[in-house]
Amino acid sequence: MGKWEDNKAWFLVLPVFVLVAISAIIPLMTVVNYSVQDIFGPGERYFVGIEWFEEMLANKRLHDALWRQFLFSGLVLLIEIPLGVLIALAMPKRGWGVSVSLVLLALPLLIPWNVIGTIWIIFTRPDIGLLGVAINGLGVEFDHTAAPLDAWITVMLMEVWHWTPLVALLAYAGLRAIPEAYFQAARIDGASPWAVFRYIQLPKMRGVLTIAVLLRFMDSFLIYAEPFVLTGGGPGNSTTFLSIYLVKLSTAMDVGPAAAFSIIYFLIILLFSWLFYQALQNVGTGDRQ
Amino acid sequence: MARIELKQIAHSYLPKPEAESDYALRRHDHVWRDGGAYALLGPSGCGKTTLLNVISGLIQPTEGRVLYDGEDVTDLPPQRRNIAQVFQFPVIYDTMTVYENLAFPLKNRGIDAARIEARVGEVAEMLELTPYLRRRAMALGADAKQKISLGRGLVRSDVAAILFDEPLTVIDPHLKWQLRRKLKQIHERYHLTLIYVTHDQNEALTLADQVAVMVEGEIVQVGTPQDLFEDPQHTFVGYFIGSPGMNILPCAVEPGAAVVDGQRIPLDGRLSDKAGTVQGALELGVRPEYLSLAESGANGAVPVAVKRVEDLGNYKIATLSLGAHTIKAKLPEDQDVPGEQAFLTFPPERTKLYADGRLVA
Ligand SMILES: Nc1ncnc2c1ncn2[C@@H]1O[C@H](COP(=O)(O)OP(=O)(O)OP(=O)(O)O)[C@@H](O)[C@H]1O
Ligand SMILES: [Mg+2]
Repeated sequence: MGKWEDNKAWFLVLPVFVLVAISAIIPLMTVVNYSVQDIFGPGERYFVGIEWFEEMLANKRLHDALWRQFLFSGLVLLIEIPLGVLIALAMPKRGWGVSVSLVLLALPLLIPWNVIGTIWIIFTRPDIGLLGVAINGLGVEFDHTAAPLDAWITVMLMEVWHWTPLVALLAYAGLRAIPEAYFQAARIDGASPWAVFRYIQLPKMRGVLTIAVLLRFMDSFLIYAEPFVLTGGGPGNSTTFLSIYLVKLSTAMDVGPAAAFSIIYFLIILLFSWLFYQALQNVGTGDRQ
Repeated sequence: MARIELKQIAHSYLPKPEAESDYALRRHDHVWRDGGAYALLGPSGCGKTTLLNVISGLIQPTEGRVLYDGEDVTDLPPQRRNIAQVFQFPVIYDTMTVYENLAFPLKNRGIDAARIEARVGEVAEMLELTPYLRRRAMALGADAKQKISLGRGLVRSDVAAILFDEPLTVIDPHLKWQLRRKLKQIHERYHLTLIYVTHDQNEALTLADQVAVMVEGEIVQVGTPQDLFEDPQHTFVGYFIGSPGMNILPCAVEPGAAVVDGQRIPLDGRLSDKAGTVQGALELGVRPEYLSLAESGANGAVPVAVKRVEDLGNYKIATLSLGAHTIKAKLPEDQDVPGEQAFLTFPPERTKLYADGRLVA
């Protein structure tokens, strides 16, 4: 046959293969390479096997950062997904209000990430920031550079402000794509607004919400620039998320452990994205006996 | 069971309609008989969906009243009218099972579980959905989904009328006839008033005992298929029903004759007299079935050029030209058609006259 082996069409796949190799496979393999060696300097290295992995998995500070990261991403999903859906439901369906609300929503998404951190530093400063002064003026002590809880609240607020619009835009697109006949049938069937949401709008948003959950999970799990600019990981280690810790490690020239850590990090994201994807694809689709 | 009456009904999608063309539904009266099976035929965009939505209450008409059995329901929302509607694309609730889908309208109306179970069982049995009751509706084929949409209308014991908006468009041809037969059975069993929108005249003629034809926002004729064939009240009806459709030729009228491109075509004397009293552009209409073609000019026949003859087995279609106009004639299969020139006879009792599309009678 020779259909597979000799086929010239393989050459057509070559450019994609080269691109993926350069953009993903080669960098990833470099990391794998570092993760199993101890490097003292150019040419001075020896193979350590899974030692770095063992060291990292036993690292207390890594555990703390990991739990912090799960808490953060969990809160992000719990707040941003429902809030985004609510905003999408409340958005106008036609007329000039549509473009106005779309532009307003898109604004936070257009600002560079490190600038977001700076904006929020100034916004929440207890001495000159609009929000900081307002809260302290109410008699509540609020300082994200001193109190861990305040730092968390500020980081969460910033994250929600920054990324909920993305969820809202996705959800809005999903809602607009539902054919009018569904709502007409629901009216004839006497469905309440809640039933319309529960049985029409929510199931029809499955696709876009899957994307929203995956994007927000991956992105929040990788968060770096905004909290780094805002709190630098502090006070103490209270907002040191995984990637901030990873950067601290690798800039301390511990390339081996940092590489091992990166791979663990990558596998966690892969695993959870897969779990979310499976769960969202399958919820409410099986037969009932 | 209900008699549905539309009184001076009109609807426009514009906030401030002015000209008549602003109306998707032009002001008119209409009565849908109790228990009648109607097909609603008409070209795309003529207002069929708008009309159904006005009847079901999905749209509040700009003007006029909707009456069910004499009771004014114009201000009632759709769920308070005893009506069901089936749309072009099957609407099912994705996450529900077939059972839950069918039970949904009853549940929303607070009906008790035992009664729901009985009703759903009965309707599922009739629609042959019983084996699928515990399956997710989403996983089924388009025909089963469309049956579920219909079933959600039928479970309500109070339903008086079912409106169908081209419900078989997305169904495979070989399943269409099954569903059509099912619909007929349901109609016979429950004597529901049935209004069925379709583009397909075959479907209309097999399903319905009365066909309503709509043009530009108005119902122009309701009748049996035979009425529509023999006595089209509007040029569109003539053209749309029948294959090929009626020949429509712009004409002038003289006493006892219509003049098309200088040729006199004999008309019923009463008609030509009437023509003087009506407004609008005059057209002559004659069905291809009633024309006869001969080699030599008989009394009143007009000369035509033969352009093409198609032999369709048990009849022939001749395409002829009379001046600038094209005419089709349906001829018996054994007739020899002359090659170039021939004479066409228009039977005066079958030749109709239309003014601005409407029958002059
Ligand atoms: N929601 C709407 N807003 C504005 N105009 C509309 C709306 N729905 C329909 N129209 C207009 O009203 C007219 C009648 O539309 P309708 O949908 O009732 O036609 P139809 O006979 O059902 O056509 P089709 O055979 O294509 O389904 C059309 O000119 C259409 O463009
Ligand atoms: Mg329509």
